Amino acid sequence: MPNMRDTFLATAEEIVNTDQDVAIVLADISAAALAEAARRHPDRVINVGIREQLLVSTAAGLALAGLRPIVHTFNAFLVERAFEQIKLDLSHQELGAVLVSYGASYDMPMEGRTHQAPGDVALIDSLPGWYVHVPGHPEEARRLLLDSVPGDSRTYLRLSAQENSEPHLGVGLQTIRQGTRGAVIAVGPMLDRVLEAAEGMDVTVLYTSTVRPFDAEGLRAAVPGVADVALVEPYLKGTSAHCVADALADRPHRLLNLGTRRDAEVRIYGTLADHDLVHGLDAGSIALSLKEFFTG
Amino acid sequence: MTTTTHEPGYADLPRLISLMTGDDKHHAAAESTVDVLWVLFDRVLDLGPETARRPGRDRFLLSKGHGPMAYYAVLVAKGWLDEDELAGWSSARSRLGHHPDRVRAPGVEISSGSLGHGLPIAVGAALGLRARRFRSRIVTLVGDAELDEGSNHEAIAVAARLGLGTLTTVVVDNQSSTHGWPGGIARRFETEGWAVRTVSGRDHEALYDAFTTPHPGRPLAVVAVVEPKGAH
Repeated sequence: MPNMRDTFLATAEEIVNTDQDVAIVLADISAAALAEAARRHPDRVINVGIREQLLVSTAAGLALAGLRPIVHTFNAFLVERAFEQIKLDLSHQELGAVLVSYGASYDMPMEGRTHQAPGDVALIDSLPGWYVHVPGHPEEARRLLLDSVPGDSRTYLRLSAQENSEPHLGVGLQTIRQGTRGAVIAVGPMLDRVLEAAEGMDVTVLYTSTVRPFDAEGLRAAVPGVADVALVEPYLKGTSAHCVADALADRPHRLLNLGTRRDAEVRIYGTLADHDLVHGLDAGSIALSLKEFFTG
Repeated sequence: MTTTTHEPGYADLPRLISLMTGDDKHHAAAESTVDVLWVLFDRVLDLGPETARRPGRDRFLLSKGHGPMAYYAVLVAKGWLDEDELAGWSSARSRLGHHPDRVRAPGVEISSGSLGHGLPIAVGAALGLRARRFRSRIVTLVGDAELDEGSNHEAIAVAARLGLGTLTTVVVDNQSSTHGWPGGIARRFETEGWAVRTVSGRDHEALYDAFTTPHPGRPLAVVAVVEPKGAH
């Protein structure tokens, strides 16, 4: 199966070929892959060049005119560079769009810090009402995109080079494994390594590809007794901690947050595996963290 | 006995503005746009409260959202807002603030305040209305100092390349940009392929002609020159 990014591009092309109210807006990134779609639909497949502020504002204008925009580039440029446009031109105007990023926290490790945006979900989380999807498999990415296009939601779909071996197409927190000692929440591409890390431990493993809205009811149902929760997110550590805290506000609980580091600017190049290690997000590091937390 | 209903006109605007400013001392930012707004809403745009939701309506995007008194006054004159709302503007009870909010105030096509957003959104609206086969006109109003924001230049460069002939940017030029524009604002737009007209921002006939003379296939920039800021 093609990776998430190629799957997204093929699915977006299908959508724009079928639905004449959908537009795709690009800022050079991935434009070559959608050249044929742009030739067929010059008014609805728009490449604004390397202009990310205009990328997002154009989407807002398209929505104002009644179209459904799909907006795509690397997350460092889509969310961080154009954040005021996301905040004002989409959220504040109450205009809908489906933002689809590629790059995740360190999908392009050799490109360095300028191409890394582990804070993207936290930034979107500062705005009310957004759907945030973090698929863990190309089939999930396809399904989440197809589900996001109808209506006029504001949706952020975060694609990654990292993926799990199997898709999980359910909604909310899905129970992958049952245990009694507490629960580990694996977000998107973190699932396979969490399952490996939790091997032999008496814990429930929950999976989600949707972090906003957060499935508070699902979490409450999954940890009826001992509310020990480990949250493993592939972006800034603790991004969803406030959601877990709110969900369990009326019962004593402990929370372990795993995610990309907040305490240091990671300046290494190297591979995905090198970055997993630096952030403690490889299976071995996660196993150590879980053991200490659940047996401590 | 007959009753005549008075339909407010241009002559009523100073009185309506003074309901917000408290006396006849008009705020420069409000005054600079009043003639441009009046000509657009009175004679140029196919736009009104009766057709507010018509998909093919013309669009007016006030990008320069600060000093919206003239805008609110024109919206009252054209029946979008009630005159009684003006006196209490900017209070917690009012839907009219120092920057307009599209979700709250009728007739307000975009919420503005932070500069450099109206023109880029207008580019998207022009693309969207073209894709939907509407011939609607999209007019956005910016200030000359607002052009300092780089986001405008992303939009200026792309609009003409994409042939957005339904798009008009009116630049109310009160010479308040800190560093200005070499060769003038008009040249900045011309270089990028826009049709450009520079007129007095106080001359209604000249403004009307500038807005309505055809400019096929190219976006239009109207530079409406008014008194320098602070010269009142």
